[in-house]
Amino acid sequence: MTLRDILNKLLGRHPASASKARERLQLVLAHDRTDLSPDLLDQMREEILNVVAKYVEIDLEGGAVSLETEDRMTALVANLPIKRTLSGEIKIKEQTTKETVSSAIEESSE
Amino acid sequence: MTLNTRVILICSGKGGVGKTTLTANLGISLASKGSPTAVLDADFGLRNLDLLLGLENRIVYTAQEVLEETCRLDQALVKHKQEPNLSLLPAGNPRMLDWLKPEDMVKIVDMLSKQFEYVLIDCPAGVEDGFRNAVAASKEAIIVTNPEVSAVRDADRVIGLLNTHGIEPVQLVLNRVRPKMMESQEMLSIEDVTEILALPLLGLVLEDEQVIVSTNRGEPLTLVGSQSPAARCYSNIAARLKGEDIPLIDHSKEGSGLRDKFRRLMQTKIF
Repeated sequence: MTLRDILNKLLGRHPASASKARERLQLVLAHDRTDLSPDLLDQMREEILNVVAKYVEIDLEGGAVSLETEDRMTALVANLPIKRTLSGEIKIKEQTTKETVSSAIEESSE
Repeated sequence: MTLNTRVILICSGKGGVGKTTLTANLGISLASKGSPTAVLDADFGLRNLDLLLGLENRIVYTAQEVLEETCRLDQALVKHKQEPNLSLLPAGNPRMLDWLKPEDMVKIVDMLSKQFEYVLIDCPAGVEDGFRNAVAASKEAIIVTNPEVSAVRDADRVIGLLNTHGIEPVQLVLNRVRPKMMESQEMLSIEDVTEILALPLLGLVLEDEQVIVSTNRGEPLTLVGSQSPAARCYSNIAARLKGEDIPLIDHSKEGSGLRDKFRRLMQTKIF
């Protein structure tokens, strides 16, 4: 974001169109390069979530599977916050440290 | 005689971005710098390179007759009168659409490589047969694109195909640059395009009405020694191709006045 973009926002004007062009291009190219339509990506996302869910309990709301592109390399990036593994061990996510710790204690006392 | 011939494909994916104009001007410019240069119009369905070079009335034979051995290569080559270091070879004409195969293109380019230092192939738009033929005969490539979403998207597709064909290096020419629109951020910037396509920038060409005037006359800007913005850009690109270290044209003409300072401030990326 540039100063001009901020000024435009404050004045309630349309942002300069170049940034819009950049965003749209980056998105469409990520899909072009992998030959994945949004539908296929959705389908893949669902299957990945199902596979992962077999092993760990994941936060379905907070999960995201997306394509990211840098230097002509496209990566499939999955960010799946794990609530806990099915074996009972409790895992991570920094902002929920407190709850994690307290539930970990509960788990171990069980 | 052994020449280390450079066979350069000039392509874009999208039509109308300036491939043929670039080919004509680069051809003239390289030739005038002393390099024997051939320009090959691979777009024989809709050929136009002859028209831009002012050679449309002088074509007798094409690459097809050369391959059929009904004429010699030097009979089919059209030598430019004012710039005798430059020759044009049309691949074929619109009536013979189906004959050309990738092997034919390779054969023709091999023949040209024996007598020219540079062979510039003007690639047809699209990614179909004509494109595949032209790629088969090329070693390196120049991608021409405009700072517009559709042109950049198509260029990206072509770059992917060139990579799979092992064409290397692939360099970028950004055509029809409008500095004013870039300054007000109503046009993709040079950095935007080079970052998105991840290609080294061979040069940029400023938007210039003189280009249309020159095509009307069939005299490329670089032929008549024009000092118009686009002419200087084309000539810089030719020099860089030959290995000279020429800085990019100062497209923003950055001034030190208060207005210029303010304009630059507004472009500063904050996050």
